[in-house]
Amino acid sequence: MCLGIPGEVIEFLPGQADLAKVNVSGVKRVINVGLLAGDQIEPGDWVLIHVGFALSKIDETEAAATMRFLAAIGQAYEDELAALADSRIE
Amino acid sequence: MKFVDEFRDSGKARALAVRIAALCEPGRQYKLMEVCGGHTHTIYKHGLQDYLPEQVTLVHGPGCPVCVIPMGRVDDAMAIASQPGVILTSFGDMMRVPGSDGSFFDAKARGSDIRMVYSPLDALKIARQNPDKHVVFMAIGFETTAPSTAMTVLRAAAEGLPNFSVFCNHVTIIPAIKAILDSPDLRLDGFIGPGHVSVVIGCRPYEFIARDHGKPVVVAGFEPLDILQSIYLLMLQLSRGQAVIENQYSRVVSLDGNPAALRAIGQTMELRPYFEWRGLGFISYSALKVRDAYARFDAEALFSVPGIRVADPTACQCGEVLKGVLKPWECKVFGTACTPETPIGTCMVSPEGACAAYYNYGRLTRRRVSEASAR
Ligand code: SF4
Repeated sequence: MCLGIPGEVIEFLPGQADLAKVNVSGVKRVINVGLLAGDQIEPGDWVLIHVGFALSKIDETEAAATMRFLAAIGQAYEDELAALADSRIE
Repeated sequence: MKFVDEFRDSGKARALAVRIAALCEPGRQYKLMEVCGGHTHTIYKHGLQDYLPEQVTLVHGPGCPVCVIPMGRVDDAMAIASQPGVILTSFGDMMRVPGSDGSFFDAKARGSDIRMVYSPLDALKIARQNPDKHVVFMAIGFETTAPSTAMTVLRAAAEGLPNFSVFCNHVTIIPAIKAILDSPDLRLDGFIGPGHVSVVIGCRPYEFIARDHGKPVVVAGFEPLDILQSIYLLMLQLSRGQAVIENQYSRVVSLDGNPAALRAIGQTMELRPYFEWRGLGFISYSALKVRDAYARFDAEALFSVPGIRVADPTACQCGEVLKGVLKPWECKVFGTACTPETPIGTCMVSPEGACAAYYNYGRLTRRRVSEASAR
């Protein structure tokens, strides 16, 4: 829950500027990007996601490093991914 | 995706270990606290203590959000959940945290409608779908999750949602660090600063640690080499008699944090005069409550909660573990009465808790070390 997980922005939801679809380890879900108001975010960018909200923009290398940290955590990350897969915020 | 292999490079880790060892003054002991539960996890998982000279001890701090929720608040949440027409929602991590009458799972089995959610926005959605029920979100966590709760309250207000509220248990990291610095039990030499909390708050809030307490802080990333490098930077400062705030994790953390996130928190929440932390007791101005302007989204304003302080089980030594005074395995019930399956204390519940991290990996590391030295 406290872990930030990296996701790649796929697209923005039409008519809802603060919602974007992201890909997190193959799980595609909608998250809120309203806290990144200052950053220019485009499809293909990576963001660090906490409980459904992107908190910062990161680069691809950092996304890979964070992903490895999470993979090493094992079960807790799998639980988080499963929770994300069940999430339907749109 | 490319993988940056240098982080995994144990050769680099060893080189750093040599440099760290070279900075140790003979006869001096160094105690460095990692504040964040994610760091604790990496340290145990990769056996980082083994890379360090005997003189350098890593002390685990209070930065595991589930670990610091006191029993009384779990009981309060269950009291809310037991009211007719209430759906209580919570992060999965919270489900197994023991209250004085069992966990949320137990309350669910007794008939309360308690549901796991990934995001507070999921709780909001449940509220929209169940207009005849009242949906309460049990909000927990440090500054990493508080902005999400804040944004969700703002969203609920914008929609005018009448059946959603937050049971706010957000805590803030700085007062906890202050409490530890003021605690006579423990003499620390420096801090490995939390990574993801700092994404939100930035690096400036740590300045008092250097200025008023003369201790260095290095905000660190989560890879094993990030942590070793941060230890090296701390040791370098200590060897020079310096105390400043450094940012090893500048690839993600900025000096000023995330202003939009801080604004959302400030708009919807304010500091409580005091809040109880499990094992640490009451800490002044250490937690957030929903502002009066948003009282219609504040479960504490809508429901009467018992608000009774419940003492931790006598066997439990989480307080000492959270302050870094005891190592997990020094707790009397560690691994016997208290395991991840049957946790007595919170540090065993969350994977970010020191006891759970040590239970899962630490014993392996210790065995490895003793086998290696027997050879
Ligand atoms: S072993 Fe259990 S009771 Fe003891 S400190 Fe750890 S979590 Fe608390």
